[in-house]
This record gives sequence, C-alpha cells and structure tokens, in this order.
Amino acid sequence: MNKEEILTHLPYSKPFLFVDELLHIDENGSSGTFTFDKDLDFYKGHFKDHPVTPGVILTETMAQIGLVCLGIYLTGSAEGGVPGHVMLTSTAIDFMKPVFPGEKVKVIAEKVYFRFKKLNCTVQMINEQHEVVCKGTISGMVTNKMNA
Amino acid sequence: MDRAELIARLTPIIATYAQDKDAVASINETTDFIKDLKINSANLVDVILDVEEEFDIEIDNLSMERMLNVNAAIEIIEDKLKTK
Repeated sequence: MNKEEILTHLPYSKPFLFVDELLHIDENGSSGTFTFDKDLDFYKGHFKDHPVTPGVILTETMAQIGLVCLGIYLTGSAEGGVPGHVMLTSTAIDFMKPVFPGEKVKVIAEKVYFRFKKLNCTVQMINEQHEVVCKGTISGMVTNKMNA
Repeated sequence: MDRAELIARLTPIIATYAQDKDAVASINETTDFIKDLKINSANLVDVILDVEEEFDIEIDNLSMERMLNVNAAIEIIEDKLKTK
C-alpha cells in the first residue's frame, strides 16, 4: 500500500480527520503532518477566550497518523490481507508544550510490536520550532470490523 | 515445574492487568481471564507477551486463542516448555 491509498482508507472526515499528509510509512513506523485550522470548533470552548488545542485532540492526532495509518498499512500490505480497522485500547502521553490555533505539527510513530492483532507504538509530536510537544505510547487492536 | 509453581509465576503477570483484584487474590485453575479477572482483549495480548518473556517461550496464534483461563494457560506453557 502506498501513502495515498492509506489516506483513502482512513475512516474519518472533517471535523475529525487529523491527518493532512503522510510523509513516510513502512513496517516499522510512520510520520505525517497536520495543521490545526484556527476555525476548528473546539477552540471556541477550550479555553474561553484563550484557544489552545486540547490534549485529547493531540492524542487523537498522534493516534490517527501513528497507530491508525500504520495499522491499515500493516494489515493491507500483508499477504492476502485487507486494510483493517483500528480500535484504540490504551494511551500514555506526556504533554510538554501547548499547540495554538494555526500551528502545523509533525507526528513520528515507531512500532514497538504488532502481535495477536495488537499494535503498540511510541509516538511523538513536534512543532515547527522542532520542539517536542507531546510523546508517549499508544496501542490498539486491529480488527476486520468496526467496533468489534 | 509443577502447577503450583506455574501459577505462582503466572499470578504477578496477571495481577498487572486484572481489573478485579479480589479475583486475583483467589486465583485458581478455573479462573477465567475475561469473565473473572476482567482483562480486556488488548491486555490479554500483554499477558501473553509477558508470559513469553517470563518462561522464554513463543506462543503461536492458535495457542493464544485458547489461552482464556488459568488452566489453558498452564497447559500451553507446559506444552511449550516441553518442546523448547
């Protein structure tokens, strides 16, 4: 599977698609970018008059670029495989810097293991100043069905 | 290695992921990982990866699918230790 094919298999659309571009993907990991549009709805309430990207959204962005794209690639590239669905099962993330409306971030994910349908990755997000914004581990089950 | 010793080595691994701590305290061969210990499918994978490391064995997909309670886990570990 190439990068463009993976993007077409992502099960998200606006306003919950947090992948603009995949920069690289192989069996060991993935990287990609996303720019947080300043008009995204959650900025109206997080926080009142002081928009900052919520940590859960940063986590989701790392999960989509890292875990989900990699899970689709690993299942879709397997012999006779079909691109799977990735169900998030756990996250452990540390947050270092805020991400403000309009910022472009890069996510780098590395596979720790993919066994018995469970994919575990280390992920980190980097801002345009090359600072690490947040990092940690994310894992999920790669299945053939949504919500199973 | 007898069954009691296997359970003793298995218990700390299981305790890490079990949601029901009372069920861990009364663990026995009939204890079910999902129903009794409330371990989810993702953490069941971690139990199995930790078992591989603890006993220096490799667990295949078919064995993994059977490994749903303490008794099945012991049988699989004994089997893999024999063929090591």
